[in-house]
Amino acid sequence: MTTTMKRLLMVSPMLMAFALGLFLYQGIGQDPNKIESSLIGQSLPNFNGQTLLSPSRTVTQVDMLGQPALINVWATWCPTCRAEHEFLVGIAKQDNVRIYGVNYHDQLTAAQQWLQELGNPYVFSVFDPKGVLGIDLGVVGAPETYLIDAQGVVIDKLIGELNERTWPPLRNKYLSLLEETN
Amino acid sequence: MFKSVLTSVLFCIASLASLGLPLAQADIKSYEFAEPEMAQRFVDLTTVLRCPKCQNQNLADSDSIIAKDLRGQVQRLINAGQTDRQITDFMVQRYGEFILYDPPFNKSTLVLWLAPIGMVLIGLWALWFFGRKTHIQGAMLTPSEQQKLDQLLADNQTPSRD
Repeated sequence: MTTTMKRLLMVSPMLMAFALGLFLYQGIGQDPNKIESSLIGQSLPNFNGQTLLSPSRTVTQVDMLGQPALINVWATWCPTCRAEHEFLVGIAKQDNVRIYGVNYHDQLTAAQQWLQELGNPYVFSVFDPKGVLGIDLGVVGAPETYLIDAQGVVIDKLIGELNERTWPPLRNKYLSLLEETN
Repeated sequence: MFKSVLTSVLFCIASLASLGLPLAQADIKSYEFAEPEMAQRFVDLTTVLRCPKCQNQNLADSDSIIAKDLRGQVQRLINAGQTDRQITDFMVQRYGEFILYDPPFNKSTLVLWLAPIGMVLIGLWALWFFGRKTHIQGAMLTPSEQQKLDQLLADNQTPSRD
């Protein structure tokens, strides 16, 4: 064995430990709740559901196509949904953002009442009391917000509250999608 | 000496591994299956599938809404005659590989799988490196030095009188 080889053998574990350290270091500060959605880049799943405000009306994924839009998963039992609701109403009314709702694991009357009292930012909300659509969308919990393009391809997903801080990066993508469509 | 260290290292690994044995059991009485064999598959699947919401629990263990939903989904898929592979594929399609407690070997899990081997190599290197050093020092005593050392050790052992 040559001296260089010996030296290499001696320092290689140190280099490995260093590399491992670097790898672990870049993980610091990453949010473990942030799971890469596997739906991104894929079309919306097929579904068939009632709308919340007129339960006799059934809607499918086709009813969400034509314009880039947000899909917001919400429930009356979810405090963060309550916190972001006003913001959703704001961007729907002032910025004309199309938002579809998925009312997740909720009760019909409670959800209807919520929209009457707090305002309705949604074009329509799909009533999903058993979380069937939720599973197909890969929903982990409410609230979640998906950005889709005019063809219904999921572009991005936000887990957690939509607010002044989390909306701008999504808005930029939304606006560029809007430009492409028009 | 090396052998005894190796044995104790192996013992430690074995006892750590035994801690990781699956303890979780879903309350499967409330889930009905067409065949008894399916109930066992249900237990196995909900043990290896991770709850996406409460990340340190499997589907069998968790009481969160999403875990309940996914348990129901696993039950439906089993009763619909799907294979274990089809069911895990269904979950991965929607929740990503994150949902597997036993992640497959691929580009993004490379470090995860290889790091432990790296750690063992570092450990072996340390054993070799430090073991070698003491061995060389021991061998380097001349006969007169050895005699001196023996003398010193012998002196040290005789009780001192004040």
